[in-house]
Amino acid sequence: MSQANILRLNQASKGQFIQLTSINLEGVMRRRLLDLGFIPGAVVEVVRKSPLGDPIAFRVSQTTVALRREESSKIGGVLLSHEA
Amino acid sequence: MKREYVIALAGNPNTGKSTLFNALTGLKQHTGNWAGKTVTIAEGTYVHKKNTYRLIDLPGTYSLFSNSTDEEVARNYIVFEQPAVTLVVVDATSLERNLNLALQIIEMTPNVIICINLMDEAEKRGITINENVLTKKLGVPVVKITARSKKGFALLFDTIDRLVSNVIQGTPNVVRYQPEIEEKIAKLEPFVRTVVNDTISARWIALRLLDGDESLLQELMKRWNRGEEEILCPQTEHMVHI
Amino acid sequence: MSANGAHGAHMTLASLYEKAQEMSNANLRDQIVQQLYMKSQELCSASVTFSKTKRDVRTEKLDRIFTSPIWGFPIMMSLLGVLFYLTIAGANVPSDLIAQSFGYIEGQLTTLFQLLSAPQWLHGLLILGLFRGTAWVVSVMLPPMAIFFPMFALLENYGYLPRVAFNMDRVFKKVGAHGKMSLTMAMGFGCNAAAMMSSRIIESPRERMLAILTNNFVPCNGRWGTLIVLSSLFMAAGFSSGVGMFVTTGTVVGIVLFGIMVTFFVSWVLSKTALKGVPTHYTLELPPYRRPKVFETVIRSSLERSLAVLMRAVKVAAPAGFATWILANVNVGDTSVLLHIVHFLDPFAQALGLDGYILMAFIVGLPANEIVMPILLMAYLSTGSLTEVDNLGDLKQIFVDHGWTWLTALNMMLFSLLHFPCGTTLVNIYKETKSAKWTLISFLIPTVIAIVVTWGVAQTVYYLR
Repeated sequence: MSQANILRLNQASKGQFIQLTSINLEGVMRRRLLDLGFIPGAVVEVVRKSPLGDPIAFRVSQTTVALRREESSKIGGVLLSHEA
Repeated sequence: MKREYVIALAGNPNTGKSTLFNALTGLKQHTGNWAGKTVTIAEGTYVHKKNTYRLIDLPGTYSLFSNSTDEEVARNYIVFEQPAVTLVVVDATSLERNLNLALQIIEMTPNVIICINLMDEAEKRGITINENVLTKKLGVPVVKITARSKKGFALLFDTIDRLVSNVIQGTPNVVRYQPEIEEKIAKLEPFVRTVVNDTISARWIALRLLDGDESLLQELMKRWNRGEEEILCPQTEHMVHI
Repeated sequence: MSANGAHGAHMTLASLYEKAQEMSNANLRDQIVQQLYMKSQELCSASVTFSKTKRDVRTEKLDRIFTSPIWGFPIMMSLLGVLFYLTIAGANVPSDLIAQSFGYIEGQLTTLFQLLSAPQWLHGLLILGLFRGTAWVVSVMLPPMAIFFPMFALLENYGYLPRVAFNMDRVFKKVGAHGKMSLTMAMGFGCNAAAMMSSRIIESPRERMLAILTNNFVPCNGRWGTLIVLSSLFMAAGFSSGVGMFVTTGTVVGIVLFGIMVTFFVSWVLSKTALKGVPTHYTLELPPYRRPKVFETVIRSSLERSLAVLMRAVKVAAPAGFATWILANVNVGDTSVLLHIVHFLDPFAQALGLDGYILMAFIVGLPANEIVMPILLMAYLSTGSLTEVDNLGDLKQIFVDHGWTWLTALNMMLFSLLHFPCGTTLVNIYKETKSAKWTLISFLIPTVIAIVVTWGVAQTVYYLR
């Protein structure tokens, strides 16, 4: 994996698959994200953006969950070339 | 001999939990389709083989680590009210995330039935689930149903009946964590046993305390304030010194 | 010893907790959850097989339409419009029918009273007060409810509402609120009091308070009747019935949109002042679309929502009808108590483009919005000539006889939209916030806004005349 492949969730575009490496949030939000399947190692797909650009819906653990930029920008991952 | 049993319904939001609740109890509750829809706890009853079953529809939650009021309500009910059966409703089309909650619940109580709902949707999407494998691996009964068409209800009723009458018993295969965590649990467990009565899994409480679950601590203290202190008195002196 | 024992137990639990915390480390939760997910994945790969794609193709296709940058908002607006149109158009005929049958029953009861030569005051109290009040609530409220609630429940069970929250979130964030507030607002269309309970889906206290304080600007079922009747009588007058229906719908949609704008404005102001703070964490699941069980949903929502709300309304309407009749028929000096109140309120009400009767009706109608119209009519009827109200035409005549213009109707609609929450809602706000201060604020904000807006509209119109 080259460094160029590392990005934050809000930077990814529709249809991309990202393997999560870091979740830089604390407290209740971190717990909630973990419960929803945003855990390091999980593969997340960018499904769609809201008509107004934000929030962004992600496919995670066979469900679709929307996150605002405030949160998605604090989740980092590695861009995968294809679905894992 | 007529008896009454309490059954709690737990599950993620959008798993058709309310649909199942309605199908079992009749015209008593409205079904919703959004996160955290069932906020207040609804109740209903059904009768099977002369036994009355009182159903408690717990709030839909993603986990039971008490991140919200809903989770606290659901957790407190399962742990402290100790229903005869906790029916964990899971969505057949997103089993992975749903089983996460089921795994948390079997840590809390052995009296669990996993109810895989929305089998019709799963079949439409070409998803096949082997419930026997799950039953074996989880150590609690797993039943496949479709709540909206009442498919699989006969087996569900039967399984509930056999569980409450002790014909079968749940022997949950709880998750084993990393050795370091297991070590800590093992260290704490004996202390927990001296403080909390044995109706609640000591392993689970040890794990929750390790995780820093303050709301559980508050809840335990509150319940002990209500005249259950005699259970604790003998150990008091000994415990102060740990 | 027992008290000491309890105390000791606390110490014990607390020290046990402390001990556990000493042993714990920061990323323990991560490890636990990760392990749970790994186990879950392991269970799934052992038991689940996919013969088709793992994707939910149908939901993805539908989302491409419902959350489309181009079609998302137009679809949302049209759905709202269609919902209101069907409610208004559908409610008209049954409302008239029910009103007629109650009129017939009233006639029969009156004959019976005469036959028994019952005293005049008893007839007044029971028939003109109690019966009419109840009959009004039933005929005005029931049909729109019986149409609106089931249709709304169908949308809800289909899974459309989370998409609204998804589309609208950016707007809510801008005013410092939570996207899930769109869900509590949707609930408010049914009943604000119920929406107070549903505000619990918003976890952050600040945003929850915003949702609670602004929910009242969404017209609940109790105000639908008022909005629909007034807009069809005064706004759609002069149009053919077909076009008139659209004008009525347009007016109601306009009023609702205005309410939503006020909601955003108040949220924005509050989050800049009393409820300062940044929007907190947010996650929203978009569940798969599921075909609702139409028949069951309709039956269930009619029984649970419509009937429950109606029963509540009737319970309040009957005593309120009673009270109004008494107020109208007990004299102090040579005028009734009711008229004293009306005259007292009148100058202020006139400045708002209303009249003393209307303001009195809103005040007496505090227990439930459903009874505002019946109280108003009873008050009008008790002072003027007693007309039978069999249809909407008669109704308009009563209003016009009391000097109503389109401005009176518009301002009554605005006041109804914006004024203080009903008694039940206030009680629920207190239950949810556990604070007398915030309950009072939730009363004051809408009241002040209602006064300012109606005053502004009235003064502008007076000036232009």
